[in-house]
Amino acid sequence: MATISELEELVVQVRRDILRMVHKVNSGHPGGSLGCTEFFVTLYNEVMDLKEGFDMDGHGEDVFFLSNGHISPVFYSVLARRGYFPLEELNTFRLINSRLQGHPTTHEGLPGIRVASGSLGQGMSVALGAALAKKLNKDNHLVYSLHGDGELQEGQNWEAIMFAAAHKVDNLIATVDRNGQQIDGPTEKVMPLGDVPEKFRAFGWDVLEIENGNDLGQVIEGLKEAKQRTGKGKPVCIVMTTMMGNGVDFMMHTHAWHGKAPNDEQLETALAQNPETLGDY
Amino acid sequence: MTKYTDQGKKDTRSGFGAGMTELGRTNPNVVALCADLVGSLKIETFIDENPERFFQVGIAEANMMGIAAGLTIGGKIPFATTFANFATGRVYDQIRQSIAYSHKNVKICASHAGVTLGEDGATHQILEDIGLMKMLPGMTVINPCDFNQTKAATIAIAEHHGPVYLRFGRPKVANFTPVDQEFEIGKAVLLNEGTDVTIVATGHLVWEALLAAENLENQGISCEVINIHTIKPLDEKAILDSIGKTGCIVTAEEHNFLGGLGESVARTLALHQPTPQEFVATQDTFGESGTPDQLMEKYGLNNKAIEAAVLKVLKRK
Repeated sequence: MATISELEELVVQVRRDILRMVHKVNSGHPGGSLGCTEFFVTLYNEVMDLKEGFDMDGHGEDVFFLSNGHISPVFYSVLARRGYFPLEELNTFRLINSRLQGHPTTHEGLPGIRVASGSLGQGMSVALGAALAKKLNKDNHLVYSLHGDGELQEGQNWEAIMFAAAHKVDNLIATVDRNGQQIDGPTEKVMPLGDVPEKFRAFGWDVLEIENGNDLGQVIEGLKEAKQRTGKGKPVCIVMTTMMGNGVDFMMHTHAWHGKAPNDEQLETALAQNPETLGDY
Repeated sequence: MTKYTDQGKKDTRSGFGAGMTELGRTNPNVVALCADLVGSLKIETFIDENPERFFQVGIAEANMMGIAAGLTIGGKIPFATTFANFATGRVYDQIRQSIAYSHKNVKICASHAGVTLGEDGATHQILEDIGLMKMLPGMTVINPCDFNQTKAATIAIAEHHGPVYLRFGRPKVANFTPVDQEFEIGKAVLLNEGTDVTIVATGHLVWEALLAAENLENQGISCEVINIHTIKPLDEKAILDSIGKTGCIVTAEEHNFLGGLGESVARTLALHQPTPQEFVATQDTFGESGTPDQLMEKYGLNNKAIEAAVLKVLKRK
């Protein structure tokens, strides 16, 4: 178990990784990545029960699926800093012949990745399959997943949400990143999602909310609370409100940084707001 | 000419069901999923004997493909089942990202392929599925010819690691292959040796090819008949060896001529040994309602169509 200040240091360093990765190749998705940094850092360093090394089947450990694959920078940074692959490999993000594809894939054999994602809306179904396999294998570990809120516009999610409750998949914790933004603008303008927690409840899920998903304390508490609620006959959903671009003042309160990289000057400003803690890669 | 006997007409989907029953008893990692078509897929016995290894997903094929991909992550061997139309075209992107690109050991098992499901009409028929599946990198595509071979193929694909598309049909057709046959993925079966023309057929059309060859034999034309149960990977050697003897070829399949077996064969010939070829296949059309026999007649998918194609290709030698 890490202390809050250790986790906070890691959060800041991961933010630096994200910014430097997308800046180097002038492409990628910093906004959603920065918004989910506290979640990833907490999940991989405080909440999930992980074993040493990586194998695809994940027997005897918790597994995680990223459905909204475009926030790969935060996923790669947290995996590398957790020791799944060399930190220096973050230098190869989105470059030719890299294992760090723009969107995560198993194709290049990157440890930590169990399914390709990027074409949105498919991750919950995959997480369900992995959760069912754990039940068949009598493996009492949990399956976690993360979904963008805009991604809920894909109908496949609602097929999965219906199935999860009907089949009592209570070893799954699905988290919705409710940042309220998507490429074309606010979700409530592009295609309103309405009351997301109520929708999950209506489909038979146990739902809890994290009011500020960029408050490390709230994220830790929320994830631990969700864990307590597993194994009780219902799938568990966390609706977590986050700020896209969190930690960089000019990237917040806008959807502009959904899929745009900072230029040299912007990078400098952003990094100055997040001074190095654990060492850059 | 080798004589084949119809051991009694049976549907290939029941061959799949029989294969699943056996897998249920022999392979504890095999699990099945279905999108509200259990009766059509003939998997009732598997479900009765292994209720904990069956997942009813309802009318939600996209979710079914994703769940199947996820089950492999725990070491399971999922057989995802529904009609061919909904098992491929409807969920192409789910298969592409979560299964093929992710290298998942999912068996997509599709019944009611082609036009011969009959009266339901074009919305439930598909003549493009072989093309869709064979274009996916790493996907194996299998289309067995009768009940016995479908059963053997079903059992064989559980032992093969990687995504597989297994295609079969609804109508009862001649069951003529050995009950105890070995099924080797990617290995064509030479059914009849001949010298004038090669007929390579897949699925229901294999029996029609044998009927055509018998008629042609009576007219003094010697046909080599090959059963291509695996369209990808294609047994190119079997095809090239045969055309080395005959010098011309007819391909026969219950599929659009675009994207099917014929097109794969044409590529092989173009690369290695340009050879006159005729296609027995549908001609870039949708199907319609009718009985299987009426549809095979109308869309040119029976032994008469194969005979006509042989006579045509012989003139091009």
